[in-house]
Amino acid sequence: MDFNLSEDRRMLSDTLRRYLTEQYDIETRNKAAYEAPFYVPEKYIEMADLGVIGAFVTEDQGGFGGQGFDITTVFEELGRAICPEPMLASLMSVRLLADLGQDAMVEDIIGGSKRPALAVFEPEAGERLADITASFANGKLTGRKSVVYGAPNADVILVAARADGKIGLYLTETAETIDYAMIDGGGAAEVILDNTAAVCLAEDSEAALEAAFDAGRLALCAEAVGAMDVLLAMTVDFMKQRQQFGRPIAVFQALQHRVVDMAIEIEQCRSITVLAASHLASDQRAKYVAMAKNLIGRTSVKLSEEVIQLHGGIGMTWEYPGAHYAKRLTMIDHQLGDALIQLHKVMHAA
Amino acid sequence: MDLQFTKEEEDFRDEVKAFLRDNLPKDIQRKVRNNTPLDKADYENWHAIMQSRNWLGMTWPVEHGGPGWNNYQRHIVGEETALAYAPRLVAFGVAMLGPVLLKFGTEEQKADILPGILDGIDWWCQGYSEPGAGSDLASLKTRAVRDGDDYIINGQKTWTTLGQYANKIFCLVRTDAAAKAQEGISFILVDLDTPGIEMRPIKLIEGGHEVNEVFFTDVRVPVSNLVGKENEGWTIAKYLLTHERTNIAGTGFAIRDLAALKALAAKTIRNGKPLIEDPLFAKEIAETEIDLEAIRITNLRVLSESETGAASGYESSMLKIKGTVIVQRLNSLTRQALGAAAAPFPAEKLPANALTVPEDAAAAAAAYFNNRKLSIFGGSNEIQRNIIAKDLFRG
Repeated sequence: MDFNLSEDRRMLSDTLRRYLTEQYDIETRNKAAYEAPFYVPEKYIEMADLGVIGAFVTEDQGGFGGQGFDITTVFEELGRAICPEPMLASLMSVRLLADLGQDAMVEDIIGGSKRPALAVFEPEAGERLADITASFANGKLTGRKSVVYGAPNADVILVAARADGKIGLYLTETAETIDYAMIDGGGAAEVILDNTAAVCLAEDSEAALEAAFDAGRLALCAEAVGAMDVLLAMTVDFMKQRQQFGRPIAVFQALQHRVVDMAIEIEQCRSITVLAASHLASDQRAKYVAMAKNLIGRTSVKLSEEVIQLHGGIGMTWEYPGAHYAKRLTMIDHQLGDALIQLHKVMHAA
Repeated sequence: MDLQFTKEEEDFRDEVKAFLRDNLPKDIQRKVRNNTPLDKADYENWHAIMQSRNWLGMTWPVEHGGPGWNNYQRHIVGEETALAYAPRLVAFGVAMLGPVLLKFGTEEQKADILPGILDGIDWWCQGYSEPGAGSDLASLKTRAVRDGDDYIINGQKTWTTLGQYANKIFCLVRTDAAAKAQEGISFILVDLDTPGIEMRPIKLIEGGHEVNEVFFTDVRVPVSNLVGKENEGWTIAKYLLTHERTNIAGTGFAIRDLAALKALAAKTIRNGKPLIEDPLFAKEIAETEIDLEAIRITNLRVLSESETGAASGYESSMLKIKGTVIVQRLNSLTRQALGAAAAPFPAEKLPANALTVPEDAAAAAAAYFNNRKLSIFGGSNEIQRNIIAKDLFRG
């Protein structure tokens, strides 16, 4: 048994941590996260150059990673910096395209010259592929996709839509988007499909979509673990500094115990994420990813609430970096199916 | 035992409902329902409407322009205004300074200051907390040094709610640096246009501006602005902690938010069926409803034990902890109910075609983050627990 990262992954992790520490101080991060296009295109390309996107797919597919632990290595670092670059969209899209044998586009995406978004969920459809109503006929897409991560400024949008009863995957470069920031930073958009020209990449893509989403869920889990580590350390530091009643609030046992409980839960989150990563290519993938996303969702929301409370008014301010970590951690539960949806999956899993 | 309100109280409730139906402006109501921040004019407008019936000075006696209500009436008004999506009254003049002056003020101060609170000429804000004095309020450092007929104030206050709209501030200041912490504090009134005062906004976690920092540099204030005796300000601060806690549990807000949550969960399709039919989510709603029914009765039990609306520290602390936790849980469930659609931000500035959820739910995540303040301000829930523990474990 060996829980250490391989040499290659450790190097990627170190490189990425150094880059993000230098490039993404909290002011830079907040400015990028809330002002259109809600990321920094030059930094996105620099990160592609560092190999971030190449880590998402295997050597056979033109990358140099593609395993669960490659994904968690990258996203844990992104989480530590609450980096708003739209890597979740790139991860899911590039894996999907690689699965479908779209080698030329995969190469462009790995290099950063083309940036994709993946549009699946709809206002009324919630989180299930079965409820998708957008349709494709005669080379045109019709429908609406909601809260599409990374869609502002994307070069291509991959759209899940129905044709002949099957959910296929279609590519458009001309969809109309209504862009906005998300409350925790980063960009998303409503994608309006009104006889929008598109090409078919796959007529039946349900299994590939589910696999891509599970990779996305795993990424969110790792991102949360990274963010939680930083936020816990920030909270401990704050409590050692903050003086009330003539002593640092860190000495109050009632408060210490709350922080200790959080520290234990973060380790639990790390473990379940490792487990899910190890199953990303197994037939138990869906179950273990659902378990991880459930535990992460429960923990990250609770931790955010506790951290704000322990900081008092300071934790309520925009100026305090921890507040942005708390928002990101809370909203991670809203992405790709919350703790409740994952719990249903676990309850019904074999 | 009789858990019913009397016929007179129910008639009064009907009167309040009718008043709200006829007088609460629709645009203000819509902002409150949608969690859109109110502007200064909205608050002033609403205060004037309440005052048109002499209803603004909730706890004030008739001879000072109040309605002379008993605590059941105040409870009913608190509940009905919340249910109707009326704005919260800005408490600092009406519910804080007013009662303080009625109890501790000179006749001259009452005559000078009370009318301006009711007719909206003066907007008061609060200068209590400081960067280094939050939960440990008694460690406050803002100094007021006597100089002839004036005090000269230096220091910094923070978390001053809606200070950007105020023209006056009441402050706790240190007038005796040598005394023990609680014993050297005084309660003083300050005009915000006095030279040496600077107010700076604090942006909150969800992006809103409702609190401020206030800096005092050699601010000269007449000694006649002192309320109560010099160095007895802590008595006044403590009085405010237990006075008029009728609506501290916020049950009206919780009842309202529970109904809205149920309506949202009935409209929201998740996993192929309405979210409210998901037993896992329905359990969360039901548990919160049980907690709410219990706190509602706890609140009424406390009310009935106290003719004046004053409660012991223990009781008001209990109502504050449980009441805020229930409202926050409802906020959390409302945020959860939106799923992915909770993310678009800031809701009130987005084009209508960007939103896919009911208008009144679009800012649910922002409201959730903003309402984390409920368990922090007005004495954090940790401080409230200390108050209860002190009582429970008394030797």
